[in-house]
Amino acid sequence: MHILPLFPALGLGGAFLVSLLGRRSKKFCDIFTNVITCALFGLSLYSLCILKSQTSPLVYKVGGWIPPIGISLVLDGLSSFMLIIVNFVAFMITLYSVNYMEKFTAKFKFYTLFLLMLAGMNGVIVTGDIFNLFVFLEIASVASYALVAYGVEAEELEASFKYLIMSSVASLFILLGIAFLYSYASTLNMADIAVVLSEKGLNNAMLFASILFIVGFSLKAAIVPFHAWLPDAHPSAPAPISACLSGIFIKALGVYTLCRLFYNVFGANPALLNLFMGLGAVSIVVGALLALGQVDFKRLLAYSSINQIGYIILGLGLGTPLGILGALFHLFNHSVFKSLLFLNSGAVEYTVGTRNIRDMGGLREKMPVTSSTSLIASMSISGIPPFNGFFSKLIIILACIHAGHVVYSFWAILGSILTLAYFMKLQKNVFFGNLPERYNNVREVPFFMKTAMVMLAIACIVGGFMVLPKVKKYILSPAQNVLTHGLDYKNINEIGVK
Amino acid sequence: MNYNSPHKGMTLIVKTITRITVGLILLYGIYITLHGHVSPGGGFAGGVIIALSFIHLMLAFGKEEALRRLPKPLVSLFESLGAILFFTIAILGFVGGYFFLDWLNKGEPFKLFSAGSILLSNIAIAIKVSFGLFGIFLVLVLLKFTPKK
Repeated sequence: MHILPLFPALGLGGAFLVSLLGRRSKKFCDIFTNVITCALFGLSLYSLCILKSQTSPLVYKVGGWIPPIGISLVLDGLSSFMLIIVNFVAFMITLYSVNYMEKFTAKFKFYTLFLLMLAGMNGVIVTGDIFNLFVFLEIASVASYALVAYGVEAEELEASFKYLIMSSVASLFILLGIAFLYSYASTLNMADIAVVLSEKGLNNAMLFASILFIVGFSLKAAIVPFHAWLPDAHPSAPAPISACLSGIFIKALGVYTLCRLFYNVFGANPALLNLFMGLGAVSIVVGALLALGQVDFKRLLAYSSINQIGYIILGLGLGTPLGILGALFHLFNHSVFKSLLFLNSGAVEYTVGTRNIRDMGGLREKMPVTSSTSLIASMSISGIPPFNGFFSKLIIILACIHAGHVVYSFWAILGSILTLAYFMKLQKNVFFGNLPERYNNVREVPFFMKTAMVMLAIACIVGGFMVLPKVKKYILSPAQNVLTHGLDYKNINEIGVK
Repeated sequence: MNYNSPHKGMTLIVKTITRITVGLILLYGIYITLHGHVSPGGGFAGGVIIALSFIHLMLAFGKEEALRRLPKPLVSLFESLGAILFFTIAILGFVGGYFFLDWLNKGEPFKLFSAGSILLSNIAIAIKVSFGLFGIFLVLVLLKFTPKK
């Protein structure tokens, strides 16, 4: 139980220590950051064990203050599930950065900002207080603005500026929503707000607040009408950061917060679910169509993120247990294979020096590890049977049909076919075909980059087993139960405080 | 080095007044920080006032003089130290039972030495904020734009 505050604290403490001591030695930064992220991954696995041995969610009192008065941290199935995803991908990314970030100066600044961002994401996931959530959201966002502009070229600065403005607008919407919520409920503790809302009911001010939250968090999650910043910001960052932003950042700050607020605090209602389904279907189709025309490796992947986030939102919008299961499973799968694909794009850029897929070709012979892991990730994301992406998409499509929304299942299938189309285009142009003369001296990337990619590829294959009933009950089912029995969340202050 | 040189910074009048006021501003910032738990103010407000005294110095005497007294590595060192100090207070509470637990003697209300670890936290925040704000100002001053041809 004591481990809960360590999730944000380790990241923050690590960031300050790296900025203090990392200036002298690059080796220290590499080792120290990897130890921190590895420890966080271990702790998140341990949190799953703690949760198994308990019957109720756990609430931690920060500073010893009882929950509605002080800030509380909450560990339940959903937050444990998200912690595992975030910290696993973050560990792989820091492993990859050991070699990749060599070409940049001031590596310690990268690690400082990365750890701050990770602390922000972990904080958003574990906190039980809505204003605290906003603070951690801002920590993660501000660190990510700096990381997007890390290369300080004109294009990167422009993308970062655009991202900064869009994301700040989102934060303002969220802050205004919190202000409305506080004026109505007179408390900031999320479980306490849920209690007040279920007693007093929702009025027009709360409707307005929920619209503000939908706009704000959808901007963070890049769901379609609010997606314009993502295709600029994600490709501009260094590859590990692109992987982090697309793989876990938009999920921890966008999708998770939407789930937490609208399933656990406000309670899911049909109008809201219809809105989610509509947004999800639009994201699927628009993201896929926009991705088809791209020739920049990372830009294509960025549009693909919009496409895949659509599946998650569609599954959540269904509101049925099967739909929620599919959405959470796809959330895990997408974070694994999308970060792998971004790391692949980084590996290709590292050796070839360009991101335009028209200038590449035949790299399969020269870079066997990169090309085979990228093939696994591409097949997973397009939903080819033995890999994990197939199962999650299948569950979401089946859930659509079960719930009687056949039209939405059509859009989901169409989106999946388009996904296959643009990843075939990617594979053909980059790894298959003829090798241009000038790339004859290209070599495979260094050891740590290979290790990270191979481990993520293994996760792509093994991830498919998570829906087996015996494995499901340990990881996916607890997370699913938090959302299907959404309003049970309001009782956690009574049963969970230790 | 003669920091009264008329070629650097502002005029003699400004420099003379600055020499008198800068210490008072710094002292006022420290006062606001230390009395944060008994009167309005606190670590952030006090830190901002301390940073303003540094900035005041830089405006009046020019950036060379200010950088000689507070070089950039020192600023970033203190900024990190402030953060780590605050973090240490939280971790000490964690070791004692709860994260951010106030483990010190609470003392008598409205006295300077009361409210346990809040005073220490205010000092840590003041260090972080003052050097952080001055660091931002410094970076903006030292930044040079090279227009693209």
